[in-house]
Amino acid sequence: MNLFTLSLSYLRARALSTALNVLLLALGVATITLLLLTMHQLEERMGRDARGVDLVAGAKGSPMQVILSAIYHLDVPTGNIPLKQAQEIAKHRMVKKTIPLALGDSYKGFRIVGTNPDYVAHYGGKPAAGRLWEKPMETVIGAEVAQRQGLGVGATFVGAHGIADAGSEHGDAPFQVVGVLAPSGTVLDRLVLTGIESVWLVHDEHRGTDANADGQDKEITALLIEYATPLAAAMMPRYINQNSAMQAASPAYETARLFSVIGVGVDVLRGFALVLILSAGLSLFIALYNALAERRYDLALMRTLGAGPAKLMALMLLEGVLLAGFGALLGLALGHGLTELLGHSLKAAQQVAVTGRTWVPEELWLIGIALAVGIIASLLPAWHAYRTDIAHTLARG
Amino acid sequence: MFSIQNLKHAYNGTEVLNVPAWQVEQGSHWLVLGPSGSGKTTLLHVLAGILRPSAGTASVAAQDLGALKADALDRFRGRNIGIVLQRLHLMASLNAFDNLLLAQYLAGLPQDRTRVREVLAGLDLADKAASRPHELSFGQAQRVAVARAVVNRPSLLLADEPTSNLDDARCLQALELLQSQARGCNATLLIATHDQRVKSRMLNQFALGGRP
Repeated sequence: MNLFTLSLSYLRARALSTALNVLLLALGVATITLLLLTMHQLEERMGRDARGVDLVAGAKGSPMQVILSAIYHLDVPTGNIPLKQAQEIAKHRMVKKTIPLALGDSYKGFRIVGTNPDYVAHYGGKPAAGRLWEKPMETVIGAEVAQRQGLGVGATFVGAHGIADAGSEHGDAPFQVVGVLAPSGTVLDRLVLTGIESVWLVHDEHRGTDANADGQDKEITALLIEYATPLAAAMMPRYINQNSAMQAASPAYETARLFSVIGVGVDVLRGFALVLILSAGLSLFIALYNALAERRYDLALMRTLGAGPAKLMALMLLEGVLLAGFGALLGLALGHGLTELLGHSLKAAQQVAVTGRTWVPEELWLIGIALAVGIIASLLPAWHAYRTDIAHTLARG
Repeated sequence: MFSIQNLKHAYNGTEVLNVPAWQVEQGSHWLVLGPSGSGKTTLLHVLAGILRPSAGTASVAAQDLGALKADALDRFRGRNIGIVLQRLHLMASLNAFDNLLLAQYLAGLPQDRTRVREVLAGLDLADKAASRPHELSFGQAQRVAVARAVVNRPSLLLADEPTSNLDDARCLQALELLQSQARGCNATLLIATHDQRVKSRMLNQFALGGRP
């Protein structure tokens, strides 16, 4: 017997009220947990995909579309850029490294990306089986592509024109899988990688012409750029926009813009969750305050058995804290469960991977906030318990 | 065992208790008689250290209650005084066994489960240990309340109107129960009552006058 078991016995005695209050608080905590986990993972994932890319040069159009298509492979490209202009950028003295990308085809919803092995190295990708491509029409596929399409080294497939599934197939130009990448937790997992020449080859054959044999009119879709000096951040975008038909887009800037757009929705949800937590606190207060009236004699009795007023106060506070603690724990469990569910449904839609089996430090804050709500809700009842006049109460009963 | 001198208590200017002097020896059994409103409950509350009187002194077990600070008084009450309240006030959320454990815990004494079992068995409640108060008859609940009052072996056992709700047969049983339990821990027993049936059963009687 101690304050803890005593509090628990009270909570058990009012099981329905306890359950409702715990649930109310849990819903608020779960909503915030879900937001914390998904936003954290989304930001982390997007940050990882954009790491080391200072600028993207693509065709004129929306800069956000350039970033979404060239870095995250979520949107369609704005168009193509001349290879020659891209090569000039690559030679610029403020540029340390460039990676060309040629997009346009897909295989069962997974994008076929023509690039060079630097792209794989940039994301730290390594073949789990086989090797990287060496000749045209050889491909290396991401871990998720391999798993979901059941492809392995040696398999062949034909790409479809366009990003969506519905495009016409390049039936006469089959790709051969020569390697499967180990899972890297980056965009690589969802891509089919091949040499740029393969993409050219497919489309040249498609058009049935070899007019581009000299390479003069060859095109790529985008160029990922890494600066050699911080100064370039001020110079390169303008240089590209003014001296070429290309458009420069900064991943950091566009991603921040994207999150500020998503942020409005997140803020609304977060506000809603805070209202839930506040009303849970209010409901907790009402429950404890009503219980106080029912418990007037119990409190007086505990005083006659030798308990000091501080102990009664602690009992009421502990009850609030216990309720809030249970609510927080249930809410966290619920939040992680919902995030995991969300992750599964997103996975089915080939979107960004989200898992509930991870923790973020802000969750500790969340527990702290819930406990604070419990303490605040039980302060007044605790104070009343502290002030119980034993003789007066007992004389009335 | 306890002594009272010039004890007076007033509520909102109305005097509800006036005991010039009273001394009682350890282990003796007393009835406090008087009509309703004569201050029986107030006297019990003063002796229990629940109420600080307006004037005068009350000493229990050679301890002047007025000299104790609030927390020392709480501790003293828990360890030295057992109270059986008229409405019993068992903790509804705890079973009989835990009601007794609670008395040990709140008095700041070690929780002795053997002692709890022993006291319950002594009051014929061994099979009711796991019962919650609402599952008990009034007689059983009263025995649990008595058990809770004596579990810490108090030196002073107070009972407020323990027989008012009982028929004649149970009235005598309750009285004998209190007396035997008080003897069991050599406690001084004080029963406040206005029940005429009890009068003939105990020799030591103290009458509170009430208002003229």
